[in-house]
Amino acid sequence: MHYYADEISIVFGGAAGQGVQTIANALVKVLKRRGYYVFACTEFMSRIRGGSNSTEVRITGKKRRAYVHGIDFLVALNAEAVDHLEERIGESTLVFAEKDHVEGKEISNFIDTPIAEFAKEAGNPVFSNTVAVGVVLGLLGISLDAFSEYLSVQFASKGEEVVAKNIKAAELGYGFGKETAAGNGIEVTIKPADTPPDELLIDGNTAVGIGTVAAGCSFISSYPMSPGTGLLTFLARKADDFDIVVDQAEDEISAINAALGASYAGARAIVSTSGGGFALMEEGISLAGVTEMPVVVHIGQRPGPATGLPTRTEQGDLNLSLYAGHGDFSRVILAPGSFAQAIELVQRAFNLADRYQTTVFVLTDQFFLDSVASVVKSEVVRLPVERHIVRTDREYKRYRLTKSGLSPRGVPGYGDGVVKADSHEHDESGHLTENFGIRKKMVHKRLQRLEKLSREALLPELFGPAEAGSLVVSWGSNRGVLQEALEKLGRKDIAGLHFSQLYPLNPQVRGVLEAKNVIVLENNATGQFADLLNRETGVRVSKRILKVTGEPFSVEEVIEALQEVRHE
Amino acid sequence: MNNMIANPFDMQGKDINWCPGCGNYKLLDAVKDALYELDLDRRNLVIVSGIGQAAKLPQYVNASMFNGLHGRALPVAMGIKLANRNLTVIAESGDGCMYGEGGNHFLHAIRRNYDITVIVHDNMVYGLTKGQASPTSRMGMTTSLQFNGVMLEPFNPVAVLLALDAPFIARTSAGDGEQTKEIIKQAVSFKGCSIVDIFQPCVIFNKINTYQWFKENTYYLSEDYDPTDRKLAFEKAIETEKLPLGVIYRRDERELYEDLLGITHIPAYEHEVSDEAFEKMLEEYR
Repeated sequence: MHYYADEISIVFGGAAGQGVQTIANALVKVLKRRGYYVFACTEFMSRIRGGSNSTEVRITGKKRRAYVHGIDFLVALNAEAVDHLEERIGESTLVFAEKDHVEGKEISNFIDTPIAEFAKEAGNPVFSNTVAVGVVLGLLGISLDAFSEYLSVQFASKGEEVVAKNIKAAELGYGFGKETAAGNGIEVTIKPADTPPDELLIDGNTAVGIGTVAAGCSFISSYPMSPGTGLLTFLARKADDFDIVVDQAEDEISAINAALGASYAGARAIVSTSGGGFALMEEGISLAGVTEMPVVVHIGQRPGPATGLPTRTEQGDLNLSLYAGHGDFSRVILAPGSFAQAIELVQRAFNLADRYQTTVFVLTDQFFLDSVASVVKSEVVRLPVERHIVRTDREYKRYRLTKSGLSPRGVPGYGDGVVKADSHEHDESGHLTENFGIRKKMVHKRLQRLEKLSREALLPELFGPAEAGSLVVSWGSNRGVLQEALEKLGRKDIAGLHFSQLYPLNPQVRGVLEAKNVIVLENNATGQFADLLNRETGVRVSKRILKVTGEPFSVEEVIEALQEVRHE
Repeated sequence: MNNMIANPFDMQGKDINWCPGCGNYKLLDAVKDALYELDLDRRNLVIVSGIGQAAKLPQYVNASMFNGLHGRALPVAMGIKLANRNLTVIAESGDGCMYGEGGNHFLHAIRRNYDITVIVHDNMVYGLTKGQASPTSRMGMTTSLQFNGVMLEPFNPVAVLLALDAPFIARTSAGDGEQTKEIIKQAVSFKGCSIVDIFQPCVIFNKINTYQWFKENTYYLSEDYDPTDRKLAFEKAIETEKLPLGVIYRRDERELYEDLLGITHIPAYEHEVSDEAFEKMLEEYR
């Protein structure tokens, strides 16, 4: 008997180009339309064809936003997928594959699934993906209607015959799935959400993209680099609807300098890259610092050093963004933990950049960007677009010394004044100077805003009992996994604390952490945020739960790590 | 130009950091006079530069300026132009900044062809870092670093620009302020990425390519020279004995990057997000 009442994880494995992602997208869309809570995440190799990739689709009775290691159903499209995922195939995993894909392998629950045969019967081997989705829907006992409708829309441009053949392929798979479920005692009773919420189905790239559009961004220049490219592609598709200039730069150095030029002329500008690309932008960040030019930098993190693991995930670029650029100046670092939060935080990033004339980083990672989940539409927050641009007069001075350290920001062509931005140390008018007194004032001016920024800094979000003696800290994409692990662990003495603002920290953070046993969970080798917390608050971190393989944290391993937590 | 009339682009009471006798003074005058004679609205002009002695020029012009990083004037200029195409944007810097550190940007600025003017102070030496070879230094010139003489062939910007089909390529000599001014006027008026390479003597570090040397080693293109003939321009570009001065190549119909991108004349600081388009976008994800 294979009974799934609360949740199920279904993994599709195959070579690049075999359509694993297409299958998962279709399934997730159909399930979401039927009102189920779904979450999908993807891992893939850095190659265009071949290799072994997989996508995990979770159907859960509650909203979940995390990767699980265990597999309930594995649909393997080739033999390599079984090898690649071997370590995740447990005794209870049901493996659906063609017989010759598992030859000579020890698998407790293998179900010979004639995907290719059905595809051929429907008219073409390319229908394998459609068959696979049909099989899964049959196993789940979910009506085929929504999928047929999906296929009709998806293949409408290819003509009625292609639609009909796809539906036929889906039906063949579906029939097989239903029979298999009945014959093997497979029963899935996970309930859809009680009241089907008004939901959007998006991936992380789209979340960051929606936030960028909502923020009134009108300029992006970037050089393609995984996983930062998604935002560039998203904005390219929206360029006409929202009057966004989308420039594919010749290199990252050009990208950041172009963004600063656009910002100087009054645009809300962003660059999107990954660690390696950002490393090339560093001098530009220093330029943004000295010229007090607002700019938003999105870093989709992936494992380094250098080329590292191009298509995998890590949270290893916190220190890079924290220390990027020579000289001392202010900056802000944000890291969204959910898609709804990403939409809001990106808008906040632009507002902070404009209000404080500074660089604001938004850190995501491959796991976050390539995950798919639903967002309730009412959670899509739109913040007012804060301009902070003044009309200049003849006496205008771009770097006028003020009490707050912030000078009214003029842009060329708006008013009678001239706007001089200078990478040299400069006087109030923006002309280069080597006057020691002015230098001292300008350094102070550029750093002074940090204090106000920290007072306005977002506070971390607490999950679990406030009185718990231990606090597990996570940041960015590790919100979902921590939340789920803590809930499943069910210990009254451990709570979670998620940071979506990493720098500067709110002065209240110290009070939250003081007198607690502080554990930090982050996907990097050394505990970069743990070090930052310690430096900024003086709080000692008792345990670091770290990971360096290039995979996201799984719910299981976080539970296991937290089970070991003992109080002194 | 009549010095009795105040030029609105003059900066009053500014201490200039260049050495006495520097070719940059003549260049600065040519730029300011050209801008004045073009009757440009000072408020709609931005001069962008990189780093080097040449790149200090916008510090001495009464107009908006972005004096950025070494080698990066062109990406900044592009960002400005694409964010507000109503602005007149001039990017200027030395040969090291434009052809060396910023070489990649230089190539791709021409490929994009946005409407800016690029002025290169070509003095065939590094001034600000005190006298090393530049990409355009002649072979054999000895410097503190190339003490046995420059080993490499000089970079030929005109030939490279022609290969890229740059739509406006000119070369002048700072020693001839009048021609320099006139050609800058043509370049700024030109719709597209116009480049003016200006020979400029460095009186401290380049004892070879002096005012006298430039006089002896250049000649003016004749009045019947046809700058629209690309093949002929190539012939001129690879001449080595004497270097031609004037507009070497010009092609007026090349499409602008701004137009290819469909950029409107609404400046970015007036950008608004259409609520209707935003709601429509969200509906795509149902």
